[in-house]
Amino acid sequence: MSATLEALSKTLNTHLGDRVKSLEVAFGEVTLEVDAADYLPVMMSLRDEPALAFEELIDLCGVDYSTYANVPRTGRRFAAVVHLLSVSRNWRLRVRAFAPDDDFPSLPSVTAIWNCADWFEREAFDLYGIVFPGHTDLRRILTDYGFIGHPFRKDFPLSGYVEMRYDPDQQRVIYEPVTIEPREVTPRIVRESTYGNTDNA
Amino acid sequence: MPELRNFTLNFGPQHPAAHGVLRMVLELDGEVVMRADPHIGLLHRATEKLAENKTWIQSVPYMDRLDYMSMMCNEHAYCMAIERLLQIEVPIRAQYIRVMFDEITRILNHLLWVGCHGLDVGAMTMVLYAFREREDLVDCYEAVSGARMHAAYYRPGGVYRDLPDSMPQYRESKWHSATQVKALNEVRSGSLLDFLEDFVNRFPKLLDEYETLLTDNRIWKQRLVDVGIVSPERALQRGFTGPMLRGSGIAWDLRKKQPYEVYDRVDFDIPVGVNGDSYDRYLVRMEEMRQANRIVKQCIDWLRQNPGPVISDNHKVAPPSREAMKSNMEELIHHFKLCTEGIHVPAGEVYSAVEHPKGEFGIYLVSDGANKPYRLKIRAPGYVHLSAMNEMVCGHMLADVVTIIGSQDVVFGEIDR
Repeated sequence: MSATLEALSKTLNTHLGDRVKSLEVAFGEVTLEVDAADYLPVMMSLRDEPALAFEELIDLCGVDYSTYANVPRTGRRFAAVVHLLSVSRNWRLRVRAFAPDDDFPSLPSVTAIWNCADWFEREAFDLYGIVFPGHTDLRRILTDYGFIGHPFRKDFPLSGYVEMRYDPDQQRVIYEPVTIEPREVTPRIVRESTYGNTDNA
Repeated sequence: MPELRNFTLNFGPQHPAAHGVLRMVLELDGEVVMRADPHIGLLHRATEKLAENKTWIQSVPYMDRLDYMSMMCNEHAYCMAIERLLQIEVPIRAQYIRVMFDEITRILNHLLWVGCHGLDVGAMTMVLYAFREREDLVDCYEAVSGARMHAAYYRPGGVYRDLPDSMPQYRESKWHSATQVKALNEVRSGSLLDFLEDFVNRFPKLLDEYETLLTDNRIWKQRLVDVGIVSPERALQRGFTGPMLRGSGIAWDLRKKQPYEVYDRVDFDIPVGVNGDSYDRYLVRMEEMRQANRIVKQCIDWLRQNPGPVISDNHKVAPPSREAMKSNMEELIHHFKLCTEGIHVPAGEVYSAVEHPKGEFGIYLVSDGANKPYRLKIRAPGYVHLSAMNEMVCGHMLADVVTIIGSQDVVFGEIDR
């Protein structure tokens, strides 16, 4: 572990204390996991604590863990993953918070802390159906006007449910049930962890 | 007195100054914009979802189609993310080739940007000159990968193949006589590196020419100076990166601050703006082209002297050579497994970011150990910049909206994904 990552982990442990659910260092990156209840205060301290100084939110995205590693999921399904950057201290951090309810995933909005979270939260809402109480304008952003469903959830088919065409008789664009046959050329395979190990090539 | 109401104007999605399919609902008070609400997603292709259903290598060409003005930089972030998960070393020559093509891409992107931005704002001739130079650079793309835009040249573990020893030639036709063709082919007689060297020697002078057209041009300055000012604090708050952040006066460049590949071995400077207006962003981008040119030059010198492999010899990741595949059973198996099942990437998650011409382009990858990504998130710089549109245009005139869209350098391939 490099000195910067060590310093960052140490600072996080000192300033966040028992709000740290887990802190992991892998592939040269630090991942912090917090409870949904601690999410907002932790984010606030991450920005305002001078020793941490994460001035910039780089990315916020939803993740659906329901089919992870092709095994039935026992834990929570939806998480928001936030990537933060400190320009003054030159370090990065990943924060993950699982939404407590799988049927109505919800996490507090961080738009007041970092204004650029606005569109990222709209995107996570649009694609995963995670709602962000505190967001002032939580509309769909990437999908069509009037779209139904949350397309990036793992149970949403790749080909979708409806297709669109221009109907010359009605002289307007109409939606119909999709006619594409789902097809998987290469199946998804999870092998044992030593398979394809790059060390024994 | 009659009741006065604000006027709502629909801008786009088909508008030449919208740089693609941007629909904006503008609320105007007279000619002053009170609120701008960009509607995006008209080009949404669910690249991230598609990538979850494709093997790791099959998604490389999708990356080209994100920001279709800086193709190789997108591939770079994606390949780098996979390499970090696999923890494999990329041969040093491949790293230099990547840096060289990243900078060529930066010049390509900024040339297109200056041309189109000029066109939007009324400097009609700029685009003609910019495309003249772009032509030479897309020829380099073609020489190295066979495609002028969607290269798919970077692969996990290195680059697809080494730089070619010859350039494609012009042929005689009813539009080009033999003497014309001879003159055109003169710089193309050598290798790709010779051709590029000729270009980097010519290019600074051409940039000076562009600057004589624009930098002190009165109309250009009237349209750009003090339009869309973003303070450094607001730039951070709005998540700006790249030239947008540097234009606001923050010297932040991933190539210097968190160097990847061989950026720590090449010499270049980071230009920084002062006022954070559109004009400063223009100056920053012009200077970036000069610096990119410097980096390309250094890479050419290094690449001439240091031959070597350009892709990893780890055949669990990169396919073996054709010859080895046909003469060696082991390699045949590797090839077969790679082409049918694909790479298996160990479980884990990484975020890899590159200094893309538009800002920080990041790829967040979650792998569960399968032959396909579990989750791929593309952090597009344009998405964040466009989300600040409302803040940037408020209080400006309608005509300035076009300037601000131009100075954000948005491309909808990456914003809508």
